[in-house]
Amino acid sequence: MILKKQLIEKELISVLKTVSDPEIPVLTILDMGVVREAREVNGIVKVNITPTYSGCPAMDVIEDDIIKAFDDVGKKATVELILSPAWTTDWITLEGRKALEDYGVAPPLNPTADKEVLLEEKRMVTCPNCKSTKTVVVSQFGSTACKALFKCEDCKEPFDYFKCL
Amino acid sequence: MRDNLIKYILGIADNSLILGQRLGELCGHGPNLETDIALTNISLDLLGQTRNYYQYIARLSGNNKTEDDIAFMRSEREYINVLLVEQPNDHFGYVIARQFYYDVFHYLLMQNLQNSSDETLAAIAKKGIKEVSYHLRFSSDWIKRLGDGTKESHQKIQEAIDDRWVYTNELFMKTEADELLINEGVGVNVLDFKEAYYQKVSQVLEEATLTVPDEKYYQKGGKEGIHSEHMGYILAELQYMQKSYPNLKW
Ligand SMILES: [Zn+2]
Repeated sequence: MILKKQLIEKELISVLKTVSDPEIPVLTILDMGVVREAREVNGIVKVNITPTYSGCPAMDVIEDDIIKAFDDVGKKATVELILSPAWTTDWITLEGRKALEDYGVAPPLNPTADKEVLLEEKRMVTCPNCKSTKTVVVSQFGSTACKALFKCEDCKEPFDYFKCL
Repeated sequence: MRDNLIKYILGIADNSLILGQRLGELCGHGPNLETDIALTNISLDLLGQTRNYYQYIARLSGNNKTEDDIAFMRSEREYINVLLVEQPNDHFGYVIARQFYYDVFHYLLMQNLQNSSDETLAAIAKKGIKEVSYHLRFSSDWIKRLGDGTKESHQKIQEAIDDRWVYTNELFMKTEADELLINEGVGVNVLDFKEAYYQKVSQVLEEATLTVPDEKYYQKGGKEGIHSEHMGYILAELQYMQKSYPNLKW
């Protein structure tokens, strides 16, 4: 499992935990799985992050927020954006998936199921509002590039589904 | 070698930039809210990929060059995007036809570029292909909906498919830099998937009850920096801020 290759020094976790995805504020960047490496070298914290989507406008904000979070505890940090290996939705932690659902965004299914719900319109996505699975896709593109728009036929609420990448 | 590599990357990146810009023009003008959001999300993906390519070119160039210099400060003849992506939005059928013709190509290109011996290009392609597969799904769906829709939608998408067909062949023309980079194992030989391209295009068009064009006359020039009359207007809008306020930052 690629997740194990994350190299994050224990002492830095408490600071990184305070930084969240600006588009989904309930999700910390650790739960999102975008932090690939964080270590302190000669008094400077070096953090490597990987973008969720190529055009994700949140990445620039996340970079600034990491630097600021370490600055608040008196540490200097540098952030580097790395492209390989490419981020996948599998890197979202269990806590992250729970946080997404509580926030009203249906977490990603596995890749096969993802295709089935988006293409064949099978009903497998659970409505984050009423937990019904009588849900249908409205648009493959939702409020941001990483989401698709769904609606629930039971409670009639529209909601975002986090697409599988 | 470095100059050729830069030129090779520009050949891919400029397509994404100009198509992204064209789609961006539709922000707030899509036929309905969902389609509007989809088109601008595709635009965002393309511009994000463009940034990755341009940041890489900036690193290769040195001299404190930035991605913005490459995006905004070149003259028209220095952009080497294909003519297809600069074609205007006209009506919605034209937006979809252009997107579909490009998405099929883009998907096959990303699929092959993942095996590039250049690690950065391979990484960009591995990320890009996931996004492009959503784009292709979107444009193919619309081709089918319009083709197999009403009499009017059928006629309009057929018109756009016919008119934009002449720009498809340029996707498979190779520059000198392309040839050199293919030999290095960095570049993708687009001719390897030309047949697959036209097969896929025909298959979707037939499914959409549309006629596959058989015109053998093709347009070219973009890859040599010789653009259609539309390009100047695109660049005027794209470059306005950076030319008026050089080095401006958000
Ligand atoms: Zn519901």
